Amino acid sequence: MNRYAYFPGCSLKGNSRHYEESILPVFREIGLPLEELEDWNCCGATAYFSVDDTLAAAICGRNLSLAEQANRDIIAPCAGCYLTLRKSNAFLTSREAKAAKIRADLKTAGCEYRGTVAVKHPLEVLKNEVGFDKIKSMVRRPLAGWNVACYYGCQLVRPYTDFDDPDYPTSLDALMAAAGARPVDFTAKTRCCGGSLTGTIEEVGLRLNYILLKEAKRKGADCVVTICPLCQFNLEVTQDKIVKRFGEDIRMPILYFSQLLGLALGVDKKDLGFSRSIVPLQPLWNKLSTGGAR
Amino acid sequence: MKIERKVKYEEELYPGFLDEITEMSGCREIERCIQCGTCSSSCPMSVYMDHPPRKIIAMVKNGFRDEALRSFTIWLCPSCYTCQVRCPAKIKITDVMYALKRKATEEKIYPKRFVIPVLDREMSRIIAKHGRNSELWLILGLYLKSRRLFGMLKMAPLGLKLMKTGRLSLRRESIKNKKQLRTLVKAVKEGAR
Repeated sequence: MNRYAYFPGCSLKGNSRHYEESILPVFREIGLPLEELEDWNCCGATAYFSVDDTLAAAICGRNLSLAEQANRDIIAPCAGCYLTLRKSNAFLTSREAKAAKIRADLKTAGCEYRGTVAVKHPLEVLKNEVGFDKIKSMVRRPLAGWNVACYYGCQLVRPYTDFDDPDYPTSLDALMAAAGARPVDFTAKTRCCGGSLTGTIEEVGLRLNYILLKEAKRKGADCVVTICPLCQFNLEVTQDKIVKRFGEDIRMPILYFSQLLGLALGVDKKDLGFSRSIVPLQPLWNKLSTGGAR
Repeated sequence: MKIERKVKYEEELYPGFLDEITEMSGCREIERCIQCGTCSSSCPMSVYMDHPPRKIIAMVKNGFRDEALRSFTIWLCPSCYTCQVRCPAKIKITDVMYALKRKATEEKIYPKRFVIPVLDREMSRIIAKHGRNSELWLILGLYLKSRRLFGMLKMAPLGLKLMKTGRLSLRRESIKNKKQLRTLVKAVKEGAR
């Protein structure tokens, strides 16, 4: 029996639908098919905490309540949803007077929350419950010759999580190695991509993404592998502007870890959302067909 | 040479500011700050800030109310939590920045069309109303309300690319049980007053 309800959030239904398109077949392949949480609402991300922190926790409480009623834990692939739901879960189950008030309000609205739901990230489940050894044994098409920069970003590993190190996490590197790829020593792996600042103050956003792409290039990566929709979006859509602004060719594909894992597990390439990439992927396909040989 | 006063006299400060902030969620530990500067050196945004995080904390502790609330710093914090996990005094610095943002918003001390708070408010408004965010509508609202029409035109080529790859839809997303969400929002707001 599957214990998990899948929480897509706005991104996986919007600009990062290729994350959803690839995470679902991967979890089907490993025998944990994901079912979407019925009538979920958005998490509010960083925006809601800047406006009204009480409401921010309350709307997340509704999602937790829906999962509780369905007797499921939540899997949230978006790092923003993951952090926001975990943060709100910790707050709502605390002894703070304000938390008790929100729990009462949830009850008033017909979505009582007793505090029994755990919020997890797919990477966390793959590491702790499935195990990378088992995944390695399931690989049918090893990504031989793929040099990947594993990028964790900020909100997956800080600060409401315990499955990896907040400064120098390694689980995604281990997973990519299990899939047959070679993770490069990407020292910027948890450095901020600027989040929504890329859309608001472009100058700042461009610089931060330039630092990340330049480091990935310097370490010889063929692509960057991400776990967060906003990281993926920022790193991909800023590339043309960065080339113009800094005069350096840092262009490279930015892919979701689930797309690469799906490929390694033998899922058909067409079913993993690769056609949604804005950056051309041909150099990677050449590697796949030659098995990494030059 | 003209002599200019750079520091405030005590009587010009707001000694109650620290209590005002420590009452807000996640800000209880702020008094513990030892001014080590780990936050400022960890922050990816420090280089763009008018006052780095360590200085903001010192301002809160010492009653520099206007300076802290008017600072560009609080809006530049992208909540990456690097400072927070590294702080040896375990101060929830990101939460302090959130608290200062809310305070500044409450007292309307930032330019009305300043793009960062406009984005925060627009997204919150959409979610409270529809239960779900719709990316295209969020972007349109952001550009209109921050009066950056030229900026919106410059985004058009990217918008087309995203449409071509099926990543930008015109649809307005919404939950089914909006009534429940409305009841919840109302209940939370009523008690807060």
